[in-house]
Amino acid sequence: MKTTPLTAAHRALGAKMAPFAGYDMPIQYSSISAEHLAVREAVGMFDVSHMGEFWIRGAQALEFLQYLTPNDVSKLRVGRAQYSMLPNAEGGLVDDVYVYRTGEQEYLMVVNAANVEKDWAHVQALAEGFDVELENASEDWALIAVQGPKAAEKLQVLCDADLSAARKNDTFAAKVAGKAVRLARTGYTGEDGFEVFTAPADAEAVWQALLGAGVTPCGLGARDTLRLEAGFPLYGHELTDETSPLCTPFAWVVKTYKEFHGKAAMLSRPCPRRLVGLVLEQGIPREGYKVFAEGREVGQVTSGTLSPLSKKGIAMAYIEAAYEGLDTPLQVEIRGKLYAGKVSKLPFVPLG
Amino acid sequence: MKYPDNLRYTKTHEWVLLEDDGIVTVGISDYAQDALGDVVFVELPEVGEQVDAGEGVAAVESVKTASDIYAPISGEIVEVNTDLTNQPELLNTEPYGGGWIFRIKPDNPADVEKLLEASAYQEFAESQ
Repeated sequence: MKTTPLTAAHRALGAKMAPFAGYDMPIQYSSISAEHLAVREAVGMFDVSHMGEFWIRGAQALEFLQYLTPNDVSKLRVGRAQYSMLPNAEGGLVDDVYVYRTGEQEYLMVVNAANVEKDWAHVQALAEGFDVELENASEDWALIAVQGPKAAEKLQVLCDADLSAARKNDTFAAKVAGKAVRLARTGYTGEDGFEVFTAPADAEAVWQALLGAGVTPCGLGARDTLRLEAGFPLYGHELTDETSPLCTPFAWVVKTYKEFHGKAAMLSRPCPRRLVGLVLEQGIPREGYKVFAEGREVGQVTSGTLSPLSKKGIAMAYIEAAYEGLDTPLQVEIRGKLYAGKVSKLPFVPLG
Repeated sequence: MKYPDNLRYTKTHEWVLLEDDGIVTVGISDYAQDALGDVVFVELPEVGEQVDAGEGVAAVESVKTASDIYAPISGEIVEVNTDLTNQPELLNTEPYGGGWIFRIKPDNPADVEKLLEASAYQEFAESQ
């Protein structure tokens, strides 16, 4: 199993470790709820070094990214980032990604850990005919996500750049704890925060400095409950090779006024089922549970948990389009019994 | 992790205590509660229900996951721990005490002897 530059630090902190995307990763340190609330109320940090990074450089880097992804990369100025996706030829998704413009002709794409090889093959295959230089830099970066309303305040103590000047989705080079890093005001929790890209050799020094500054270490368990409360999709659950983003609340990523790989197929796909948020009055929905309406099965849960903040069962589910309206009454089958709920807005909780 | 010697255990991580009155008390092991993490909901069986050994009779939900709790022996459910309705976290804090889940009147008290002893269960759990 692969390790990250921080695996020894996690073990020293007594983290519960488990395999995730081929890596030995921390699931929790104290408890998922405590770590979750630390991020919502103060600041926590996550080792996400298992995620993949690709450099895309060259005279046609923009043209290539416009073809590769459905969001409008021409809107991305140097030092800015955008959420995007990698459509396949059938209009489903190879992955969802973040694209950072780091130079005039230089972009960094961050991809999901489980998809690095698949994405790399896809990106390489589509690059044929474009004047671009690709580099799989996944092993060259460690990545620490510092998230929560106090993220800027805690990070500022260790950082040489003025973080108050950084807007959401800004990315820039800086120093943290004396180490050269790339910072991005992005994250996956719904809170303010920064992602700190470091050289693998510097990751532990940065991690220890953040610990010393009072940032709570958090595992992948809390990362999942936080992203679900925030209404963010997880590839392999809400988004897959078979799902069209146009059938989800994330259709805004797809700019139909431009051309991109898989566009015609994506636009021609119907949406018999839509992705919605669900809140239950009682009970905890889980992935794979059936959703009912008017006495009939109309869909299935893709992710579910108990919201550590609202203490309610929350889920995302694909359901028949007729039932997608806000507050539509639905039921989820939990161990043979139906539990009442309704279609909810996203995010599930108010976020900072 | 604690594995009290006076209890018997199952490979599905329940513990069993044969009480003096011939009733057995059932809960989940320290190992199991630790693996589950924060317990947030316990679905209890019904008193009076006749259950078979190995049958799923209750459920424990943590933030992370839902797990079935199996009857370690056959018999009749004679009591359930209603404290868990309001304090599911007792499973984390007192797995062998206030976090007990239900009591069974065994069809055959000798069935308890067939379950794992503490040392054998510890070896099994820690090899998972």
